[in-house]
Order: sequence, then structure tokens, then C-alpha cells
Amino acid sequence: MSHRLAVEGLSVALPKGADRPLALDNVSLTLGSNEILCLVGESGSGKSTTGRAIMRLLPPSVRIQAGQARLDGQELFSLPEPAMREIRGSRIGMIFQEPMTALNPLRTIGDQIGEVFRVHTKLTRTETAKRVQELLSEVLIPDPVAAAKAFPHELSGGQRQRAMIAMALALEPAVLIADEPTTALDVTTQAQILKLIRDLQKRKGTGVLFITHDFGVVAEIADRVAVMQWGKVVEQGPASEILNNPQHPYTQSLIAAVPPLKPTARPPCDNEVLLRVSGLSKTYGRKTLFGKGRVTHAVRDVSFELRRGATLGIVGESGSGKSTTARCVARLIAADTGSVTLGSEDLLALSARQWRRESQKVQMVFQDPFASLNPRRRVGELVAQGLVARGVDRGKAMDRTRLLFEMVGLDPEAVSRYPHEFSGGQRQRIGLARALAPEPQVLIADEAVSALDVSVQAQVLDLLESLRQRLGLSVLFITHDLRVAAQVTDELIVMKNGEMVEAGRASDILENPRHPYTQMLIGAVPGRNWTPPGHAEAAPQ
Amino acid sequence: MPAFKRYFRNSSAVMGLVLLVAVVLLALSADFLFPRNPLSLAGRPLQWPMANPRFWLGTDNMGRDIAAQIFYGARISLLIGVVATSLAIAVGILVGAVAGYYGGLVDEVLMRITDAFQTLPNFLLLLLLIAVFGSRIEMVVIAIGVVSWPAPARLTRAEFMTLRNREFVEAARLSGLSDTRLIFGEILPNALPPVIVYASVVMATSILLESSLAFLNLSDPNVPSWGNLVGLGRSVLRSEWYVSAIPGFAILLTVLAVSLVGQGLNDALNPRLDEQ
Repeated sequence: MSHRLAVEGLSVALPKGADRPLALDNVSLTLGSNEILCLVGESGSGKSTTGRAIMRLLPPSVRIQAGQARLDGQELFSLPEPAMREIRGSRIGMIFQEPMTALNPLRTIGDQIGEVFRVHTKLTRTETAKRVQELLSEVLIPDPVAAAKAFPHELSGGQRQRAMIAMALALEPAVLIADEPTTALDVTTQAQILKLIRDLQKRKGTGVLFITHDFGVVAEIADRVAVMQWGKVVEQGPASEILNNPQHPYTQSLIAAVPPLKPTARPPCDNEVLLRVSGLSKTYGRKTLFGKGRVTHAVRDVSFELRRGATLGIVGESGSGKSTTARCVARLIAADTGSVTLGSEDLLALSARQWRRESQKVQMVFQDPFASLNPRRRVGELVAQGLVARGVDRGKAMDRTRLLFEMVGLDPEAVSRYPHEFSGGQRQRIGLARALAPEPQVLIADEAVSALDVSVQAQVLDLLESLRQRLGLSVLFITHDLRVAAQVTDELIVMKNGEMVEAGRASDILENPRHPYTQMLIGAVPGRNWTPPGHAEAAPQ
Repeated sequence: MPAFKRYFRNSSAVMGLVLLVAVVLLALSADFLFPRNPLSLAGRPLQWPMANPRFWLGTDNMGRDIAAQIFYGARISLLIGVVATSLAIAVGILVGAVAGYYGGLVDEVLMRITDAFQTLPNFLLLLLLIAVFGSRIEMVVIAIGVVSWPAPARLTRAEFMTLRNREFVEAARLSGLSDTRLIFGEILPNALPPVIVYASVVMATSILLESSLAFLNLSDPNVPSWGNLVGLGRSVLRSEWYVSAIPGFAILLTVLAVSLVGQGLNDALNPRLDEQ
């Protein structure tokens, strides 16, 4: 197998004052034609920087210090800028994580794909239009003629990513760099896009450098794998070797942190029902002077029961209404109809004043570790202020805050620091401490680990599980990730377009899904046929 | 403090601050340098600057010392700038915060009132208020504040609308905080930077508005304001142009100073801009 792309000894320097001097430290990779190399690592490992360095698209403050990148024997780093422009797009294509920001919102898809031909070739207008149609059919966009005339916002996320792939492959480049191309997509769309990349790569013999953080995706698509940590490649080799028999301790720890899809054995929970939600509905869209406008049923007639001490998972894709359901239960959004009964009290019937007092019984941990902490407050203050607002004496509240910090595994002396001084995982711990401060009965975790790296995610999940047992919490766990759901939930609800399509024991649903949508969801989980080693006793089938 | 550092790395912002400090020094030293009433007769009218060592900026057509009026005028301009701006920003923040936080009917009502103010040109509304309530300096300051609040209100409202559904606000709401504490304790500090920057625009326009009023002889004639002096010089503009030009230059420098400081604050408080 010949090397299409060879990177040797690539070092990239960060500006002074960054957390480390080198973004990339002596990175060497090779990519043959007709193979997919997955570059995998956690955030900050330098995997995206590698892709951008090869394209010479680094921000000006970051520069290439040493090393070479050769494309079919041609050195890229010493090329003058105009020659490099020729190579971008025609010899190396690139696709990005968020197709909405990578496409120009004011121009049609066909126009933007056609631009590649206008810049790099001398095709006439009709020939260009014909090629655009061929490309759009190749990436399996439904109705390619209409898609060429559509603007980016008129397509779905998956269709936009297909259009990006069409653009990247327009001139049949030797190498395609794909930087987390499916991370922003729903799991079913992700499965389709992965299949598309795989098929096109096989058909055209392109070498694909696929950057991802998700080992499931790696298992799905990779021929070879390179694992990065702190700007260094710590291990590389054939996919089956790395996935099933990792040698480097870092790779081993990463793979051990990937939750298997097999549900954990949990004793059935038959405590009394603590939280009963019935007939919950929420509609968006409002009546205007000129008729009703567009109405969206965000949540439609959702009912479920949460037993004391149990964990109930709500899974579904984006727009399925799972987060809206959670926010209705916590009364952050006013539900249109339905009741939420905690013990014997209907929470939705309480007045705003009564609810402010009662809200301590239902607390929430949020998704975004950055947006969920007020950047202008000390973290101790954030945890203590709820207690103070409920009439606890200030000194006592701070004592309790220190205790809570210890409980979630943070230094109790860190209470006087500001949120930006903490990492993502630590911030989620602070969020957890804040939620636990008023001693809630029900804890709602809304995608609480989705924004975290896999090793940090495993730690936070462990913490959540141990706290649940220690404090006897009942947890409403909202997630899009079936692997995570399999690890922590007793019961499961599957939602689609605001409605519940299936509910029951987590193990029943994951092993014998009855509803076609659930079957499709489980079928789309990347790497479902791969069980991370270390969980070998739970091998599938 | 990184924002502080960023501000002082910006040379035009530092220049603006130096100019502004100079104007403040003028205002503070007026009593000390010119103990007499600046509006009293000082000497022969219309003496050119430097012609008489006693009046180094000359005298106006009523025989008053121009230099003394410039020094005392700095007080009036700063007073107008600071008081009218505080008033406009305070009302603007209150209206914008309440409208943006509650939304719905409250927002609808408050924003229609804001529209009513904005549909009339600022200066016309100002003339109207002065015509009705008289032109004492206190009235002029209040009137300028009253015509200037709608823009900061809209700005605050927009900030509140993007912030009110952030997760940290939802978390604070679940902590049992009252609406007042959510608005002023949680959201407002995060909404403030663009409003502070806009305050400099309001301050510059307030100073200009007062000068325009004075030029039309509609401001308080009993205070030594720069605008009054510009207006007074109008009748001798072709021969003794310095009577209008000197206070005009003072207004120009002050407005420039305030704008540069505002621009500097904007760059310092929006760190994303200095990544290039």
C-alpha cells in the first residue's frame, strides 16, 4: 500500500502563556490510499490541530515549528501560499463538525458546490451544473434537483453534512480530512453519514483522516487508529488491535471508560412511586393577530412513574422533547396540561411563591458545564445561595457548601474560586453540589455527562451513582446516549417527536426493543458490535 | 484584571482617558484659577486671544472672560454628561430588564411605550419638553435623560432575552431565588458590558444635545455653558470667530474623549475582538 499522505515529526508551537508549549509534539502519521485512519483523543489532545496543520489552516498565533507533511511525495509546508490554495479543495478535501457554520447561509447549495469547479477547473456553466447534480446524487441527498436550489437552512443537519461531503469530494481529492463530521448529528443520521463516507471512500479509493473523540465511531469506521494525548501520538496500529488489545496505558484507560451497550445487572427496584407524571403536554407557537401560526407539540401526553431510589432514563434524539419534559417537571417551563405529583402533592398546581419553597425537592444538573455556572460568581456562592435564599444562616450555608464540595470530590478550599478556573468535569461536580445542596428528593440530570470527555464522563457517572446510593436519591436521567443509559438506568422511556414510543425495564428495552423506532435507535449506536475489552464478560449475543 | 490591562494596551483608548481627565481637571480647577463669577463683566468686549495678558483666550461680545467660561463650562458639560447619562441608563436598564425578563404582555406594553419615544426625533422631543417645563439647567438635564433612555432599554432587553434561558439562570431559579434577585443579581451583571459601552455614546450625545439647545438660545442662560458661548458668538461669527470656535473646540475634544473611552471599553470588555 502506497502512502498518499505522510506526516513526519510535526511539531506545532502554541503562543506563550498557553497551558503547554507545544500543541503537537513530534507527530508522525501515514495515510495510505484506500484506508481510513482514525485520529482519536480527548479534547485538547491536538487531533484537530493536526488536521488543520496539514491543511495549513492554523490560526496566526499558532505556528508550525518543525516537521514535514508530504502529499504524494510533495512537501506541503514549504509550498508558497498560492500553490497551497490549489491543493486545498482539489487534492485535500475537508469536512467539519458543524455544516451550518461551514456553509454560507446566503447562497444555494448548488452554487456553493459549483464554486469548487469555478475556482479549480475551466468547466462551463452547464457542465458544472451537471457535475453538481451527479455529486448530490452520489451523496444520496433526497431530490438532488431541489437540494441544489435550496439554501442551507432549508436542509436538515444530515443533508447539510451530505452537501459538505459532496463539496469536499467534488474534485476527487487524494485525501479527505474529516474533523468530527458526525458529532453534531443525531445517532441515526450519524450512522447514515458514516456509511456514506465508508462507501464513497471504497468506491473512489480516497485516503480518509477521520478525527473523532468517540470510540464507538472508531469501531464503526476505522481501518487504522492513532491515539493522541497532549499533542503526542501515544499508540497507533490496526483498528482491531487498538480496540481489543490496547498496549499503551492511556489507550487502555480510555477504552475502559467507554460504557458498553450491554445493560448492567441491577436488582429490580420495587419501592413506592415517588414522582408520578401524567398527561404532560407542552405546545409552542402562539396565536397572533393573523391566525394561529405554526404550532409545535414539544411534549404530547407523556406519563411515567419514578420509584424512590430508582433511576429513570429518558432517551431520544434532538427535538424528541426529553429536555422539555424535564424542564416541565422542574417547572422551568410551564406545562400546558398534565400533573406532576411528588408524594401526594401536585407540583404544577402550586403558586409561584409556594413552588419557590418547594423547589428544593426537585433539583437539576445541566448539560453545559460552561453555561450552567454564572461566570461572575464565586463557585461557593453559587452552591450556597440557594440555602441562603431558603433562610439558612450564611455561615452554616458555607460550612455545608464545603462539605458538599468534599462529597463531590473537590477541594473544599476551592469555594472562593471562579468558575473559569475549573475544568469541564470539575464544573459538572460543582453543578452537582449545587443541586444536592437543598437535599432534593428527585435529581434531574439533563444530558449531564454529554459534554464531557469519555474518561471524565465515567468519573462523573460513578460519582452520580455512588451519591444516589448514599443519599437515596431518585434520578430522572435524560440522555441521547444509549451506552450511558445502559449503565445507569433501571427503567427507560424512549421519546420521539414529543411522544413516548416505548417504556419499560432498561434491560428489556435495550435487549428486546419492540417499537421499530427503538430498534432503529439501537441499531444506529456506533460500534454496537464491539464490546470494549475489560467488559469482556458481557460480550454481545 | 485582564480587561483593565487590555484597556491600557489600546493607545487611542488611553488618549481618550487622558483627554477626559484633562476636562475633569479644568472643571476642578475653575474656582481656584478664576475666583470671580465667570458671567460678570471682566473687561472691554471682543478682545482677541493673547491681545491682553489678563484674558489669554480673549473676551466675548459682552466683555466676559472666555477662559473662565471654558473652565466653568467644563463643569456644566460634565454635569450634563454624567447626570443625564445616569438617568437614561438607569431608566433604560430598568425598563429593558423587566421587559426582557418577563416577556409576553409586560414586554409588549413597555416596548410600545419605548416605540412612542423613539418615533419622535430626539431633539424635537427635547425642544417640546423644554418649551413645556422651562429651561432651568436641572430641567435641561432631566429632559436630555428622558429623551435618551429608549436605546439603552432596547439594548438591555436584547441582552436579557438571550440570557434569561441560560442554564445558570435556570439553576438559580431552582435554587429558589426571587425574580428580583434573578434579574439584578444573576442576569444584570452578565448583561452590563454592552450597556456600559453604550453609556459613552449617550454621554457624548447628551453634551451635544445641550450645546444644540444653547446654540438656539434655549438652554439655561444663567449658567456658563460652552453651548451658550457658541450661541453668543454667532452674531460676531464673521469678524470675531474665536468666540464660537474656542468653546466649539472644547466640545469637540470632550465628545471625542468620551467616544474614545467608550470604544476602548468596548474592545476591553469584548476580548474576542483582539484575537487577530
